[in-house]
Amino acid sequence: MRRLLYLLPVAVFGIIALFFLRGLTLNPREIPSVLINRPVPEMNLAPLPGRGENTGLATADLKGRVSLVNIYGSWCIACVQEHPYLVQIKKQGIVPIHGIDWRDDPVEGAKWLQKHGDPYDRVGIDPAPGRTAVDFGVTGAPETFIVDKAGLIRYKHIGPVTPETWDKVLLPIIKELNK
Amino acid sequence: MIAEIGHFALILALAVALVQATIPLIGASRGNATWMALSGPTSTAQVLLIGISFAALMHAYVTSDFSVMNVAQNSHTDKPMLYKVAGVWGNHEGSLLLWITILALFGFAVTLFGRNLPPGLKSRALAVQAMITVGFLLFILLTSNPFARLEPPPINGSGLNPLLQDPGLAFHPPLLYLGYVGFSMAFSFAIAALIEGRVDAAWARWVRPWTLAAWVFLTCGIALGSWWAYYELGWGGWWYWDPVENASFMPWLAGTALLHSAVVVEKRDALKSWTILLAITAFGLSLLGTFLVRSGVITSVHAFATDPARGVFILGLLVVAIGGSFLLYALRAPTLKTGGLFAPLSREGALLLNNVLMATGAGTVLLGTLYPLFADALDLGKVSVGPPFFNSVFLPLMVPMVLAMGIGPLMSWKRGDLAGALSRLKVAAIVALIVAIVTWVAQGGSLGPWWAAAGMGLAVWLLLGTLTELAERTRLFRVPVGQSLLRLGKLPRAAWGMTLTHAGLAVFIAGMTASSAWKVESVQSQKIGETVTVAGYAFTLKTVQDVQGPNYIASRGTFEVTKDGAHFAVMQPQKRSYKMPPMPTTEAAIETTFLGDVYAVVGDASSDGGYVTRLYFNPLVVWMWFGTAMMVFGGLVSLSDRRHRIGAPTRAPTHVPANSVKA
Repeated sequence: MRRLLYLLPVAVFGIIALFFLRGLTLNPREIPSVLINRPVPEMNLAPLPGRGENTGLATADLKGRVSLVNIYGSWCIACVQEHPYLVQIKKQGIVPIHGIDWRDDPVEGAKWLQKHGDPYDRVGIDPAPGRTAVDFGVTGAPETFIVDKAGLIRYKHIGPVTPETWDKVLLPIIKELNK
Repeated sequence: MIAEIGHFALILALAVALVQATIPLIGASRGNATWMALSGPTSTAQVLLIGISFAALMHAYVTSDFSVMNVAQNSHTDKPMLYKVAGVWGNHEGSLLLWITILALFGFAVTLFGRNLPPGLKSRALAVQAMITVGFLLFILLTSNPFARLEPPPINGSGLNPLLQDPGLAFHPPLLYLGYVGFSMAFSFAIAALIEGRVDAAWARWVRPWTLAAWVFLTCGIALGSWWAYYELGWGGWWYWDPVENASFMPWLAGTALLHSAVVVEKRDALKSWTILLAITAFGLSLLGTFLVRSGVITSVHAFATDPARGVFILGLLVVAIGGSFLLYALRAPTLKTGGLFAPLSREGALLLNNVLMATGAGTVLLGTLYPLFADALDLGKVSVGPPFFNSVFLPLMVPMVLAMGIGPLMSWKRGDLAGALSRLKVAAIVALIVAIVTWVAQGGSLGPWWAAAGMGLAVWLLLGTLTELAERTRLFRVPVGQSLLRLGKLPRAAWGMTLTHAGLAVFIAGMTASSAWKVESVQSQKIGETVTVAGYAFTLKTVQDVQGPNYIASRGTFEVTKDGAHFAVMQPQKRSYKMPPMPTTEAAIETTFLGDVYAVVGDASSDGGYVTRLYFNPLVVWMWFGTAMMVFGGLVSLSDRRHRIGAPTRAPTHVPANSVKA
């Protein structure tokens, strides 16, 4: 009995190690979206002030073309980091990017775009508590969704879009969907 | 060319480490003195070779040699020199090289100071140390070469994460690693003792100072990281129970327990197999921390860029090192001779209680840290475990510990007198209770959190308990004061060390309680000229100007702060935008007073023409830093005790004359 007690540390460690082995094949940052391959939630979001009539974002706007939907807010620091890259993607003209200004003061959201550049075709506002973002399953900003021609959500990227994730993950999916 | 020399030196070091890991071990089991003695020159050769390699990487950083990929990815010519140097360990590959360099230094220290060590124990311990080195050298050479070249070299590098460009953080990793790797010493000697099947006072006398040194470094490293989080991240807090913070805290808890149980081994020849287990655990948790940061199994703000191949490799290393050691422990520990017996109510008993609570504490932190992984692996969904779990599980465990810390030192070895100890602590208990009640009343009863009163009471209990013990030792009030002072002067430094560290913890607890319970915070949009009052301090925003730094631009706010109408300070927090890599950081302005920190952060311009400002009053924060400094200082004082001096141990009558205590 006493000898078994001495085996306890190695046994506990063995169990932890097994979990680590499993953990190496999981990605803790990847939160599965229950909405993958489901239609974009019903929405009809008002435009940002000063961005013109009919520039808001509605469900119907996401049909017919592969597009990106990017969740941002003027309060979001990581958004500042990804934003210049979104502007670059816009210049390449591969895919339209739409924005959702989430849990934000719309005036702030508009000013933020003036300051950091505006890569969006359409921007809808989703002020606090942010019902539309909840329908999208958003966990934080920034997040970027790939929506296909039929208006189905096909991919969700959590965190800033970087050149690396763009080249390795997002662009291949967009190309595939565009075929 | 220099980078290739560095790379080559690492390969040579691997060859040397392989020799050191095997030949002396075989020599020790065959009683071959020549083979055993090989551990000396090999550990010297290792420190030289790995030192050359480290110097080569340092050279590449200092001269901004962007043909080295690691430099190109993490440095930039505009970076101040301090951060070019600190950039060496600001990334995965470089920090690993620093890890190995420190490991080699510790191995060399055994050779340098361990002349009095029994040759068998020494050569076995050095062989174990070399096995760890082999593992890490293979890791760096096979998966994370810091000397890989880049063709063609870029004109400039991509810079170091601006959050890391800070003096506090420049020295955080080296100190932390000195602590982590310092526990390798206790580990190697524990394994060597298991192989020998013998743990005795000489063993403990050797392991104790090294563990203490590692503990001092680790305490400094954690405190520096926490201080950095406090003034750099700009959220007014200092600890978030982030997985990587936990990764450094768990070895600290195990190391603290080890420190105390090694005392029992040395003085009373008891708790041997428990001490060995702690020695393995302390270093095992250090390795685990390395795994967590570099494998990507846990998300954290600190994590390095991850790569599955690296994860698999470190996991393998972890299984061999920790799994192997625990297995050896399971096989050999039952054969260790048990020494002195003791009654449950005794100094040994109190130290054991402290150990059990520390170990349970480390266990709960481990559980909380790994729980998201467990849940994910078992398909229970994605969860994150945050401060509420740790605060409600870990902190209550520390209450009995602090209570026992007051009593334990007053108990005698072998069989203690609990009633006697308690009667001597009467004053401490009464004052602690009064302080708790006064705290409760002063915070307006249930207007403040209930635990604030408990925390302040505990702090006073610990402080007075520690002072009571000091008074007992000097027989204060029982003999003339002059005689007490004389006794005070004659106290061994180890006793001073304990008094200082325990009192330091008391000061820390007071600071921690106050800053968590009574923090005053105000977030608003503030126009130029507008005044906001926080905790009696009136902040008037005077200007917000753009200023230019060496590699950033910043908007700097200027607050004039008055208290009760009188001028208090001019505070200038900044919001910086670094150029390379582009990233914003906040630089809080902090004015420290004895009673609390006045803390200001300036943010972006808001739509109404003002600026977002965050103003805090954080009570007694400086007490936390001061308490930690006392703990570190106490550790150093204890280290300077003649009996603990590194190299002092002798395995008394058998090998060396008993009087040769000096190294």
